[in-house]
Amino acid sequence: MTSAIDDEVRTDGAPPKKPTKRQRQAAAIAEAASGSMKVLLLKIVLLGIVDAVALYALFVLVGAEQWIVAGVVLVVAAIVNWIYFSKRKLPAKYLTPGIIFLVVFQVFVLLYTGYVAFTNYGTGHNGTKEQAVSSLMASSLQRVEDSPTYPVTVVDRGGELGLLVTDPDSGDAFVGTSDEPLTEVEASFDGDRAVATDGWTSLQFADVLNRTDEITELAVPYSDDPNDGALRTPDGSSAYRYISTLEYDETAGTMTNLETGVVYSDTGVGAFTSENGDQLLPGWQIVVGFDNFVRAVTDPRLANPLVYVTLWTFAFALISVASTFFLGLFLAIVFNDMRMRGRKIYRVLMILPYAVPSFLSALIWAGMMNESFGFINQVLFGGASIPWLTDPWLAKLSILIVNLWLGFPYMFLVCMGALQSIPDELQEAATVDGARPWAIFRLIKLPLLFVTVAPLLIASFAFNFNNFNVIYMLTDGGPRDSNAPIPVGFTDILITMVYKVAFTGQLRDYGLASAYSIIIFVIVAVISIIAFRRTKSLEELN
Amino acid sequence: MRVNRKSLLAAGAVAIVTTLGLAGCAGGSGDSGDGSGDSSAASTLTVWVDTERVDALKGAAEAYTEKTGVKVDLVGKDNADIKDDFIQQVPTGKGPDIAMGAHDWLGELSTNGVVAPIELGDSAADYLKVAIDASTYEGTTYMLPYAVENIAVLRNADLIPEPAANFDDMIAKGKAAGLAQPFVVEQGAEGNPYHLYPFQTAFGAPVFGTNDQGYDPTDLQIGNAGGEQFAQWLSGQGKNGTGVFNTDIDGDIAKTAFLDGTAAFWLTGPWNVGAAVDAGINVAIDPVPSPTADPASPFAGVKGFFISAESKNKVAANDFLVNYLGTEDVQLELFKAGNVLPALSAAAETASADPIIAGFAAVGDQAVPMPAIPAMGAVWQYWGIAQAEIINGADPVATWQKLTADVQAAISK
Repeated sequence: MTSAIDDEVRTDGAPPKKPTKRQRQAAAIAEAASGSMKVLLLKIVLLGIVDAVALYALFVLVGAEQWIVAGVVLVVAAIVNWIYFSKRKLPAKYLTPGIIFLVVFQVFVLLYTGYVAFTNYGTGHNGTKEQAVSSLMASSLQRVEDSPTYPVTVVDRGGELGLLVTDPDSGDAFVGTSDEPLTEVEASFDGDRAVATDGWTSLQFADVLNRTDEITELAVPYSDDPNDGALRTPDGSSAYRYISTLEYDETAGTMTNLETGVVYSDTGVGAFTSENGDQLLPGWQIVVGFDNFVRAVTDPRLANPLVYVTLWTFAFALISVASTFFLGLFLAIVFNDMRMRGRKIYRVLMILPYAVPSFLSALIWAGMMNESFGFINQVLFGGASIPWLTDPWLAKLSILIVNLWLGFPYMFLVCMGALQSIPDELQEAATVDGARPWAIFRLIKLPLLFVTVAPLLIASFAFNFNNFNVIYMLTDGGPRDSNAPIPVGFTDILITMVYKVAFTGQLRDYGLASAYSIIIFVIVAVISIIAFRRTKSLEELN
Repeated sequence: MRVNRKSLLAAGAVAIVTTLGLAGCAGGSGDSGDGSGDSSAASTLTVWVDTERVDALKGAAEAYTEKTGVKVDLVGKDNADIKDDFIQQVPTGKGPDIAMGAHDWLGELSTNGVVAPIELGDSAADYLKVAIDASTYEGTTYMLPYAVENIAVLRNADLIPEPAANFDDMIAKGKAAGLAQPFVVEQGAEGNPYHLYPFQTAFGAPVFGTNDQGYDPTDLQIGNAGGEQFAQWLSGQGKNGTGVFNTDIDGDIAKTAFLDGTAAFWLTGPWNVGAAVDAGINVAIDPVPSPTADPASPFAGVKGFFISAESKNKVAANDFLVNYLGTEDVQLELFKAGNVLPALSAAAETASADPIIAGFAAVGDQAVPMPAIPAMGAVWQYWGIAQAEIINGADPVATWQKLTADVQAAISK
């Protein structure tokens, strides 16, 4: 490529003076940036791959009739091509991949959480109404009492499926379809099973599998009397007589229990509901508006725990930030002092808690804090039985201690860096002016430190506000508050409470959990905005 | 140079068109492949299996493919994820055709409408009764059972050669052998009612009564007189009493105590037998020693297979489960891999040649299926906490009455 540059230099009629080293370097960089042949080829190959993937995705999506997603893929692929083939748009070239990933992994997730918060998605409201209906109909089938197993062969007559049934008692063969009840026919037998009859083609197992949907739907009336039930075959080789206990009236949209006569109708709550409020589950997903938010703050079962969990969450996050910061700062000052010997070794030791994954440390601490067998009680307190994790207040203290252990190395590192960036001249000047060390620290170093560290403190607050690992691994929110109606404990913070509402127990409520997470998001966002505004005033110090 | 670049661009354009064309072809052929996949999809069953049992099923899956031409695609998944993923994916139509799981998921799966009923037909009589009871929810069978699990007492036969006659005898035998804590059972800060249930049943206090549909959620039995007696007994064996039960003993601590020989009796399940045998302990399996004159019946957990309500291959799935996995050979094959008592009676008999399996099976005769009704969720929520409080010295009768009231309120909510 350098020769090409030389050529260009000559054709442009530049002076024959040899370019300096710097000029040649600059030219090489410019050349690389403007895109050499290799780069262009690479670009084409990469875009080709992207387009190929997009095209394949389009075919699959169109095949699955996912029109909206297909449209999005098409538009994104077109934009990507446009950006990378255009000669300008340099910033866009760098930003596009990041933005695409941001949209897929962050924005979409946020929007979807937001959407779920306005639905009744959870146990019993998991799918669509059609799925609920078909599931209810399937589970309402009851085998006619004392009816035998009928060996069957699935048979076909011009596309219409029928069942060739052998009566296990008499050994006679019958045939019937969805519309025609069983009628006796002549058939050829293989052992006890009728396998073929005139006018019908017997299906082989592979054909049976290919027509699974039709066979699953096939119900052959046993006789003209509907109370005798209908024959259905779940596996294509044996049939059983079922009667249904539910009847679905599609036009009225109601389910009727044939045994009790109770009518269940769609009253807009996402499940078939009878007049006295009984629901048939499964129901289906519906949009419920602000119900989840209203429930979270007004339902006394949920609102009481929400209040004290919120208070503890704030206390936990604030105390954690403060304690880790001041311990980290103190240690940073100590180890920043030139008179301290062996500083490097100490610093490495300080970082150790930071190097171990936090969930692992929390588990180890949980073991050490065990009341009867833990290291702390057995060794440090000589066999005392201090209920570190089972007393409400001690458990809170334990959480704070462990989080201090986990968090101070980070603050130590941050403060160390910030302290070293404060020029020594300031201290010297202050000393010359006769200031005492504490005054220097309080009036000069700390404010300067805060300028650098304040945004990190806010980030640390936001992190601790949602510090799931420590709580979940150390106490799992316990000790449990046995007075609370939901399984919430004294050390639960908002995020672990959300986890319990959404993912534990047999009654999940994803809608409510999403509403909680939106509330949490709003709280964190508001606090961060206010705090960042305030730190601006700090920056004016500089 | 400029000319160069233009020609390059032209070459690039050609390259792109070709790439796109090729990609188009690839997409096209992929699509047609997909199309043919649709017709052959009827003969591919996707089965979600606990990662640890994939190998056990592999042979059975291959043999089934050979026999019928239906391909069985085993997907190993973490057992903890199967239920939630199944509930979430089935409504989107993307889940598996079959999933392996435990019977106490049934209430949740059925309430969410994600499982299809299974008809075992006459073969239902060939299974252990507890397995069939457990697979049935509100009168409908939803699961093909393959294994039955229950807890029993593991005894260190080198320390205590004879089985204990009852609970007090067990403690006395252990003390006589010089053990400070002869009996260990897994508890924890939030209690562990599953492991305490045998003792509770010995006092005649099941959780729910039963009717012809199975467990009856409207008939809460936990708070009866027997329940209060149990609470008093539990309190007497807790922190302020003999100290036999201790909420600080979790699964790991109990295991260590038994493996180190500092405890001679360990109330646990078959999943821990391997570790004890590997540690060189001469393990014997005993029934749970009862604190009363009545037998102590543990919960039975039944493992099995569910069919997705949205499966496109229901016929093949039913055939694979009922007519193939329900055969003695395959159940024995699964038993060899998992070492848990098979659900099919004939296979269970063969498997009981192993004294440890026979020991668990004998205890299992007393076992009752763990309730799978959703109301059980409300019970779990308070049950362990109340027991832990009683063990730690709370007033037994008052705590037990509060537990009953809480459960009742949560169920009728």
